[in-house]
This record gives sequence, structure tokens and C-alpha cells, in this order.
Amino acid sequence: MPKRTDIHKILIIGSGPIVISQACEFDYSGTQACKALKEEGFQIVLLNSNPATIMTDPEMADATYIEPITPEVLEKIIEKEKPDALLPTLGGQTGLNTAIRAAETGILDKYNVKMIGANYDAIKKAEDRGYFKKSMEKIGLDLPKSTLAYNMEESRSALKRISLPLIIRPSFTLGGTGGGIAETEEEFEKIAELGLKSSMISEILIEESVVGWKEYELEVMRDLKDNVVIICSIENFDPMGIHTGDSITVAPAQTLTDKEYQKMRDAAIAIIREVGVETGGSNIQFAVNPKDGRMVVIEMNPRVSRSSALASKATGFPIAKFAAKLAVGYTLDEIRNDITKDTPASFEPAMDYCVVKIPRFTFEKFPEAKDVLVGIFIINITYYLLTFN
Amino acid sequence: MNKKAKIALEDGKIFAGFSFGAAGEKCGEVVFNTSLAGYQEILTDPSYKGQIVTMTYPLIGNYGVNPEDIESRQSFVEGFIIKECSRIASNWQSRQTLDEYFKENNIIGIEGVDTRALTRYIRLQGAMKAVISTEDFNEESLAAKAKASPGLIGRDLVKEVTSDKPIEWSKKGKYKVVVLDCGVKYNILRSLADNNCKVLVLPSTTKTEDILVEKPDGVLLSNGPGDPAGVPYVVENVKRLLNKVPIFGICLGHQMLGLAMGGRTYKLKFGHHGGNHPVKDLRTNKISITVQNHGFCVDRESLNKEDIEITHINLNDQTLEGMRHRKLPIFSVQFHPEASPGPHDARYLFDKFIGMMEYNHA
Repeated sequence: MPKRTDIHKILIIGSGPIVISQACEFDYSGTQACKALKEEGFQIVLLNSNPATIMTDPEMADATYIEPITPEVLEKIIEKEKPDALLPTLGGQTGLNTAIRAAETGILDKYNVKMIGANYDAIKKAEDRGYFKKSMEKIGLDLPKSTLAYNMEESRSALKRISLPLIIRPSFTLGGTGGGIAETEEEFEKIAELGLKSSMISEILIEESVVGWKEYELEVMRDLKDNVVIICSIENFDPMGIHTGDSITVAPAQTLTDKEYQKMRDAAIAIIREVGVETGGSNIQFAVNPKDGRMVVIEMNPRVSRSSALASKATGFPIAKFAAKLAVGYTLDEIRNDITKDTPASFEPAMDYCVVKIPRFTFEKFPEAKDVLVGIFIINITYYLLTFN
Repeated sequence: MNKKAKIALEDGKIFAGFSFGAAGEKCGEVVFNTSLAGYQEILTDPSYKGQIVTMTYPLIGNYGVNPEDIESRQSFVEGFIIKECSRIASNWQSRQTLDEYFKENNIIGIEGVDTRALTRYIRLQGAMKAVISTEDFNEESLAAKAKASPGLIGRDLVKEVTSDKPIEWSKKGKYKVVVLDCGVKYNILRSLADNNCKVLVLPSTTKTEDILVEKPDGVLLSNGPGDPAGVPYVVENVKRLLNKVPIFGICLGHQMLGLAMGGRTYKLKFGHHGGNHPVKDLRTNKISITVQNHGFCVDRESLNKEDIEITHINLNDQTLEGMRHRKLPIFSVQFHPEASPGPHDARYLFDKFIGMMEYNHA
């Protein structure tokens, strides 16, 4: 399938300020995308609030707007530049959120701007927990068991169906209080009761805890002809419960048999198809129970992610660059592999080395942070990347 | 560290490492496999008879050895060369470490080898006859042994791996399939059984009449080791089956079909051994990531295009990966749709075989 001829001008949203969990990886991916699309003869309009990026260098785009990344600013730019398409999947979560709001407020429809890469429905399906759960059940994939409860009776019956340990999350709380992990029945009683009280609508989510399970990620790419390839598998040395950003991670996966890995690969392919990410990269996370091998889906990022940058460095497969080319209509077999030069991009990199990412904790910069890992938030912003053979 | 071990190639090139698993000395052709996982399936794939396998991925044995992930009754590799053998297994299914498994099954392993250098050497010079030894370290003597070893060309290795008697793999099923066992992987049999087939495995030496007397709905020509030109007696039998029954050929089975239909085969420089080969289905233009394991190939140009349609090609080197007969219910692929190890993208070919048998019934 050749390049799309119905679009000429593409708007790309950058990732904005460098903050913890969203750093220079997205400058890298956005820059790759700008270069790749310019190379194909498209006009590039760029929105990024951070001038200290490579992406905002004058030669990267035809028009660069250093403005706050908000739907209001986006609308003004669209009104002035009249782009044919918006590519929201290469600027991290900020770009994706802004694109979603622009779609929901009707800005994109008003100016007839197409979303390429992932459309509104696909992003919603991946990002909304409820939708995602339904989609996974539809294709027969396992998730951590969970249920909503509105009183203690329902909570106790949930306890019987889902075994301990359990995570309890109250809905609509002030300040996010009242949740926790229950290891025993006594703890469960206490936390559930407190949770129901602290929820404004007396609703708690009771979820099977997968803390301590083995954690994996797959980087997946799909093209418009529905070809899907897995670029890289990553295994976290630290189990579920430690944020991936704070974990030592290893590429490729180390402790899965081929049968387990292929099951995960099949699941990842089914997920990208069901969610409907048309082209480009997605990151899908899984957990595996080390006791019996049960595999559950954790989540999906329908965009280039922090792990895509690691996967690109680990394999030499330029995920962001190829994601941009796929978004404008090319298929994987039409793109040349950057490393071998004479074979197509429709392959799965075979590594003869292993790559280990080790986080560097800059506690000196955060004197108020405790030097223990709490799990939910990401602490580190830099890491060491080591290659072994 | 364990005791020394050496690898000598037929041209005198020497690689050094350390012994694990069994001690001893064996000859074979050195090939490299690029799969990241699946070492148990590779070790027990009968197609590796006559070959010493080196893994390009450096850490092998991380998930240990389990009783389920086997592809035949025993290991058939002549030797196994790796960078590092993991002493600790981390997987719920694991029952023993790789080293324990090698000792128990008398497989010679060498670790601590610069497998990247060895792989690059083979890529440049081509697959080579070799000897691995934990006993003889005299480089001249080793190189002479490698040179004198039989190699693969023209040799019948099938007779060393085929079953010696008929085996009823599954007794129930709508379609009766005879599998001509040239070194069949269990997952081909499992895939047929899962697709509602009654599976009868017959030795490679079975005569055409003895196959047809079973009244099969279809015949599957299995994978197997070595050179298709080394088994002319099987090719002769295949020729006589051509217009009698639907046929599906896999790997060596595909090559034997190629020969039976008048084509030629040739030896590839270093073969295809790995789980990431992109193959294009020329009728749908869709790409499958396939697992492959072959050193020989059917020459595209040698096929009579009036009778035979090329259905699949390898996107890396444009070699022939699949073909079908235009008039008869016959098709074959060079790669492994049964996977194990490797991706499941090409499993649709088993459905095709079922469809062919169904159509032939009606």
C-alpha cells in the first residue's frame, strides 16, 4: 500500500515540559516522526510548550508553535494552519489527552481533521478501564479479577470469590484516601469498611492483587494491512508492585518458555486488533503468576511509550520513525530495515545480546522522598542502559 | 568452571569453550539458530540430526527444562554451543537445569564460546562440517576429523530418526491423516489432532500401497533432517501418491514434494534457523512471522509453472517458501506452521489442509 495522498499537512503534538515519567524519550520519538514525515514530503505543524527540545529546532517542522498544550491553543492552530490530519500517538500521554479533549469538544470534526495512528475510539478503548476490561473479556483474555461493592455484604461475598490478598480502591474520594491492600480477612474488613465510608457514593473496587507476580511488556506494531509484529519483549527484574520506571528491566524476556511467550504474543496481537490501533506502536503489559503460570493483561498504551524508547535502543528498530510512516499509509513490508538495509521492517528483531536498564535514584534532589519504593508513583528520572554479550 | 572443550571447523578454524552436560566427541554440521527462547523444542527437533547447533542468544537455560516442551522421543542434536548456560532455572514448570538434562540425556554442551564470532564466521564462509570435543584438544587432529566427517549432502539421516513402527497418535477424528514420519515434530501431530484429525504415523520407508490401504483422507509429509536428495526412496513413494490423495508437505516434506514434481533442490549458504522469518502469502499479500529450520531449498526456477503456483516467498532473501499444485489437492510450505518453538502466525495452513480434505470428500 503506498503513501496516503488524501493528506498533505500533519499536526504533531509534542510532550511539553520534561517531568518525571515523561522525559526526553518523547522528544526523541516526536523528532523521529517529524523527520520521517518531512522525508515523505508532508508539511509538518508542531505544537510543543517546551522550547528546550530537539523537536522545536527550526528545521524540524514547517511551522512550530511554542505554546501551552491545551485544546484552546490547539483549536487556534488548527484554524490557522488547516492541517488534514493529527498524529497524537508520538508525544506521550500529554499529546494523547489533548487530542482526546479536542475530539470530544468537536474541534477536529469542525475543521475536518482526521486522527491518524490511533482514532478516538481506539484511544478510549485502551485508556478507559471499563471499556478495556470489556474488550479483553470479549476476546477471551484474563485480567485480574475485580468487582464493585456497595456495602459490607457485597464486599464479603467478593472476598469469597476472589482470594486474598486484595486491593481495595474507593471511588470518588476526597484526596484519594481510604484504599489499601488487605492480606488477611481482618484487614479486609477494616479497609473495606473504611473505603465504603470514604467514598462519596459508597462504592469500592475490590481487585485481585497481582503484587509479586512476574511483570512483562511487549512492544507491538501494526500496519493498515493488519500485519502485526512484536518488536521487543521486556521482563521486569522487580515484580508487579514496583513501578516499571523504577524497576530493573531486561530485554528480551528471560524466564518464559517459548510456549508461554507465544501465548503472550498471540494475546498482544489480539489486543491491538480488538482495541483497533490502526497503525504504529503500542505497549502492552502482562503479569504472570510465578506459582502456576496464569497470565493476566494489565494495561495497554495505544501510543509510543517510555518502553518504546528502550525497545528502540535495545533492538535498533526505530519504532517512532516507522510508526509515523505506517500512519501515512505505508505497510511494514514496504519499509526498509534501518540496520540490515536490504530486508523489510516486517520482521521481529532477534537479539544476540541482552539489554539491562538499571534506574538511578537521585534521592539527593528529592530530600523529602523516602528512600524506599512505594510502588504507585515513579521516582527515578535517569537510568543506565547496559548491553551484555 | 568446568573443563575445557574445543570446536574445530573443517577449514581449521578453532573455537574454545568449556564443557557442560555430557563429555565426549561428536561430528556434525554447525548451524546457528536465532530463536530467543525454545531451546527445549530445538534440542528435541529430529530435523537437527547430523547438526551441531549454536544459539545466537547468549543466555540459555534461564527457564530450566520441563517435561512438556519436547518435540520427539529424544534429543537429536549432535552438540550444543552457547555463550552461557544458566545454572539457576526460574519458571514454575521447570523440573531440572539444562546442565542436568544434558548429563541425563548424554548431550555434549559447550559454553563460554564467542558465539557471535562463530555465527559471523558461518554467515561469511557458509555452514561447515565440524567436530566438538571434550577429549581431544589437538587442533590439527580435530580439524582432520571435521574434514573427514560425512556432512549432510546426499546423506540419508531420515532412517535414523523415523519411527520403526506405525503409531496411532490420536484415535478419534473426522479426517484420517497418515503422517509419513521423516522425523516429525510432535506439534505437527498435536496440531492435526486439535483440528479433528485421526492421526496415524507411518515410518518413512512405508510403501505407497501400504499408505493407500489405510484409506487416508490426506497425507502429511513431515519435516526431517538433512538433504532431500538423500532419500530417493521416499521421493519415489511421494511421486506415486501425487494423484491419489490430498497432500500437505512441511519443510523436508515440501522439498521432497518439489523433487517428486520435477523440481530441483540446492543447499543454502548457512540456512534458515530461527523464529523471525517474514514470509509473504502471495495471494493475500499478508505477512506471517514464521519459524524455520532448513539448510536446503527448492529452486523456484526449476518448477513447472504450468502445474505449480508459488504461494509464499521469504521477504529476507526471496527464496521459495510455499507452493501448490494448480490441478491436484497438493500444497506445501518450507517453514513450520506448527510453530513450537516460534510464532503461531501460520497456523491457518492446517485449516487449509482440513478444507482440502473436506472438499475432496464432497
